[in-house]
Amino acid sequence: MTATTIPSGSGIPSGPGKSASRWLHRHPRTRLIALIGAPATWMIVLYIGSLASLFLTSLYRLNDDGSGIDKVIGTQNYRTLIDQSVYLDIALRTVKIAVLVTLVDIVLALPIAFFIAKVVGGLWRRLLIASVLVPLWASYLVKAFSWRAIIGSPGGVLDKTFGVSPNYGEVGLIIVLAYLWLPYMIVPIYAGLERLPDSLLDASSDLGAHFGFTFRRVVLPLLFPSIVAGSVFTFSLSLGDYIAVDLVGGKTQVIGSVVYDNFSADLPFAAAFAVVPVIVMVAYILGIRRSGALENL
Amino acid sequence: MHFPRRVRMLFGGMTGLVLAFLYLPLAIIVVLSFNTVSSLSWPPKGFTLHWWQSAMHSTGARDALLVSLKTAAGATAIALVLGLLAALAVHRFKFFGRETLNLMIVLPIALPGIVTGIALNAAFRQAGFDLGLLTLIIAHATFCIVVLYNNLLARFRRLSPNLEEASADLGAHTFQTFRYVTFPLLRTALLAGGLLAFGLSFDEIVVTTFTSGAGLETLPIWIFKNLSRGDQQPIVTVVATAVMLLSVIPVWLAQRLTSGDGPLTGGTR
Repeated sequence: MTATTIPSGSGIPSGPGKSASRWLHRHPRTRLIALIGAPATWMIVLYIGSLASLFLTSLYRLNDDGSGIDKVIGTQNYRTLIDQSVYLDIALRTVKIAVLVTLVDIVLALPIAFFIAKVVGGLWRRLLIASVLVPLWASYLVKAFSWRAIIGSPGGVLDKTFGVSPNYGEVGLIIVLAYLWLPYMIVPIYAGLERLPDSLLDASSDLGAHFGFTFRRVVLPLLFPSIVAGSVFTFSLSLGDYIAVDLVGGKTQVIGSVVYDNFSADLPFAAAFAVVPVIVMVAYILGIRRSGALENL
Repeated sequence: MHFPRRVRMLFGGMTGLVLAFLYLPLAIIVVLSFNTVSSLSWPPKGFTLHWWQSAMHSTGARDALLVSLKTAAGATAIALVLGLLAALAVHRFKFFGRETLNLMIVLPIALPGIVTGIALNAAFRQAGFDLGLLTLIIAHATFCIVVLYNNLLARFRRLSPNLEEASADLGAHTFQTFRYVTFPLLRTALLAGGLLAFGLSFDEIVVTTFTSGAGLETLPIWIFKNLSRGDQQPIVTVVATAVMLLSVIPVWLAQRLTSGDGPLTGGTR
């Protein structure tokens, strides 16, 4: 900043700040470039560049003795993915798990977000929203390990307390992933509800609608962008996870675990399989762009 | 708002259940950090402070904590600057590629961490960078920018443009208006977004695995290594409990900063 004090007295400031400011005012394009230059360069060079390099790597292949990478362009990794049905199965299973996790999170998040945003107020509201956020700061790994101790069977907490437990496997994995990403769903829905004027709910009930009707026909449609915003997190995080899968998924194989397992041995193949969630997520994001969900992330 | 008693009971009950679900695994960790047995077995056998004492003297944990703090601080600092610049540009200008820029900034958190991690790893390798603290900070900053960007855009939407116009009408130039009018109005959003970005970086493990190199250990990586080694598990539960307890402060602070809208921010609430 060029100016350090507010000019007093007769007002019109002068000096380098003023003239630079005047010049910038006449050159809006320069102003725009000054603002956008650094962040745009960072994202294009580093991020889009990295994704491009990921894609490029996915077209390479291991050399014959597997000791290095031949930088020859070809589609052989993608052909493997299509030809061997096991990879299609893994991709479909991963998407199915991500969808189920997202649905569980929506069902769990709606009542608690509604309760916090609309039913309680003041100190209670602040306490409750803080108690939703604190688990986000607790280590992801520790939570996943804790679940390992909970659902393991025999000998887990659930098994010892109630005698039943899902044990490690797909069901356990869905529960744990839904647990891990739940706050990412609650927060956008809560924010959406906070923006939703109470008068709309009053109007609906004044017009004779009972609560369930108001919730379904007024609240849910207006919350749609927030729910979609939350689903971007829960869906994407589930799509790429391999650590929780390793800890509580039993023998379940997902995209993340295949990518991780191949990362050191066959990077080009790992890169090719990593392109699959990119395609799924980009399609998802393009599909929801019109809903206004991205502004709610 | 007023709701029928039945509705309040129902939603209150469900809220209680979800909170119990959220806190059960955390409670187990806290309890096990005082357990006399050196594994994550249930039920606990007895009470001891032994693990808390060992954790205090664990140099591995302390070094890892330091690396995590450095990384999170560096990434947050970069994200603050770049997020603010991008938010200012998108808020004030309609330009070609605005939607694309928006999408690009959102992409690192919309794509799974393993994709971001492997992509950055491939790029760093091809560019001939050695993996280390610098590449780690760059990688973390890339997914932290969106947090600041979204927080600031949300604040901009609530701010009245009249304030900046009034400042200009009163003779202030662009930089004075930014410094004395816009920046103070953004300050709490910057702080809240900064805290969130810091937390995001602090707990990140997937991108970290692929961009930190072999010699560098952040706290999550240290936790991962030691959770797999049985005899260190109780010390990890202590570290996790301590981090959880400390995290109450930033969560509460960020909450106060964004909900306490002053009279100037007005808006729709």
